[in-house]
Amino acid sequence: MIPLSWYMALAAILFAIGTYGFLIRRNIIIMMLSIELMLNAVNINMVAMSHYLDSLTGHVFTLFIITVAAAEAAIGLGLIIVLFRNKKSVYVDQINELKG
Amino acid sequence: MNMTFTMPALGPLMPEILLVCMAVFLIIVDLIYPRNRELLTQITLMASVGLIAILLNQDSATTFGGMFIVDPYSIFFKIICLGGTAITALLSRQYLDVEGIREGEYYSLMMFSVVGMMVMVSATDLIVVYLGLELMALSVYCLVGLLKSDSRSNEAAVKYFLMGGFSSAILLFGISLLYGLTGTTGLTEIANYCSETNILANPALLAGFALVLSGFCFKIGAAPFHFWTPDIYQGAPSSMSAFMSVVPKAAGFAVLGRFLITGFPELHGNWDMLIAAIALLSMAIGNIVALSQRNIKRMLAYSSIAHVGYALLGFLPGTTEGYSASMSYLFIYGFMNMGAFAIVILFCTSDNRRESLDDYKGLAKRNPIAALLMLIFMFSLAGIPPTAGFIGKFYLLKSALAAGYTYTVLIALVFSAISAYFYLRLVRYMYMEDPQDEFTATYSPGLTAALAISTLGVIGIGILPGSLLSWASKALIGL
Repeated sequence: MIPLSWYMALAAILFAIGTYGFLIRRNIIIMMLSIELMLNAVNINMVAMSHYLDSLTGHVFTLFIITVAAAEAAIGLGLIIVLFRNKKSVYVDQINELKG
Repeated sequence: MNMTFTMPALGPLMPEILLVCMAVFLIIVDLIYPRNRELLTQITLMASVGLIAILLNQDSATTFGGMFIVDPYSIFFKIICLGGTAITALLSRQYLDVEGIREGEYYSLMMFSVVGMMVMVSATDLIVVYLGLELMALSVYCLVGLLKSDSRSNEAAVKYFLMGGFSSAILLFGISLLYGLTGTTGLTEIANYCSETNILANPALLAGFALVLSGFCFKIGAAPFHFWTPDIYQGAPSSMSAFMSVVPKAAGFAVLGRFLITGFPELHGNWDMLIAAIALLSMAIGNIVALSQRNIKRMLAYSSIAHVGYALLGFLPGTTEGYSASMSYLFIYGFMNMGAFAIVILFCTSDNRRESLDDYKGLAKRNPIAALLMLIFMFSLAGIPPTAGFIGKFYLLKSALAAGYTYTVLIALVFSAISAYFYLRLVRYMYMEDPQDEFTATYSPGLTAALAISTLGVIGIGILPGSLLSWASKALIGL
């Protein structure tokens, strides 16, 4: 059996990649994908721990996270489309009206 | 594995269920009577006020296997949330007319976000906390972006969405670590596990704790996780800025409080300095950056960051006195900030939003009543007696001082003195400069009512603070 620490390391690496992508990339859609990557890192963590601890809580939590992530993606894409209609851009560098 | 299923008792959940029904009902009403613009405001108002009445008579109970609790603490915060919603509904009527926003989804989304907050406030399990938080956040993202043709509103919504999603992911990663180490997501169980084993020294647990704490700090807009606040408050519809600056923040504080009090009382020695640092940094950034703002909504946003810092001071001592001071401060803050935003909305017309500080020059000559009310709210935000803001700040500082955080209190006092500059600058503009334009405000009934309630709250609590404080400390019994 693969030890728990491997899963946790995988999750930590994925989470770090997601964080890096969110901070570095300038395209809003890629930033959103990075958030999804971070959430899936959490899911891996949860499921692995749930299996290891022999408790169902982690499984249930993962299902909730997947559901909420779907809702979040729907709303996020909707907001991005509205923004794109007005700005004709999805690059955060060009979306800088609010500052000060 | 033992699998049994019993239907949980839904009685304690009745207010939330009723509110979901109202939110759906609002969409249906909007569909049937698309022209009736007053009706939706009235339904929202009646639903909020009616639910406050129900909540005041609700008994303490737990349900869903202890994941959901109704206690005086949660009822206190639910009343702040619903009261804030009621005032926002009063404010919205005039603002929505000016901006030409379609109504149905506005009130309905507001109701859904309040359901999220009520769930969050009552949650004793991190799963429920997360679900409530997301229901609240997703509804508020949409509300921020409601001015679909205004690119600033779009930008604010997308920024809020990205920041909110990022902070949720951080929060979840922290929760997953806590779950992995303690084997549970219930706050009471986590506390029991921590007291039975010597896991508190485990760096992974501290990392999980810190990640969850940062996630919550994002939601309440405390520095160094504050940077979304000014942009979003400026770009969002003004009525939504008023709502966001009070209601989700109160709910975030409730969860943070429960997380710290119920979940990690044993770590108090670790988190008190952390909270002190966050509080002082929030005050520093909020008050100093607000000095250079020329847009009133941005200024109020930075002021709200500073106020989060003040309210966090009450968490430092870990005593009933401290928490009740924080709770009363959030209650008071609701009145004064709603009042200030009501004035901002009062001056917003379809051709000119009048959000610059220069637009407030000479206000007292044209609109003496509005200027006087703004003066009261600014005095209260600055913490000048006899307003409620003074009382709130006084008890916060007193509780922190009594617990021995002398330096923190001294620095907080300095920042509070700095903040007086930009609040009073607005007062100076209103009373001592010449008017810029010939604008005379029109008071709609809803806005008048909102202003009246806010003013009564600010002055009333300022003069008679006893009952609020005793209510707040009673709400903490049994937590």
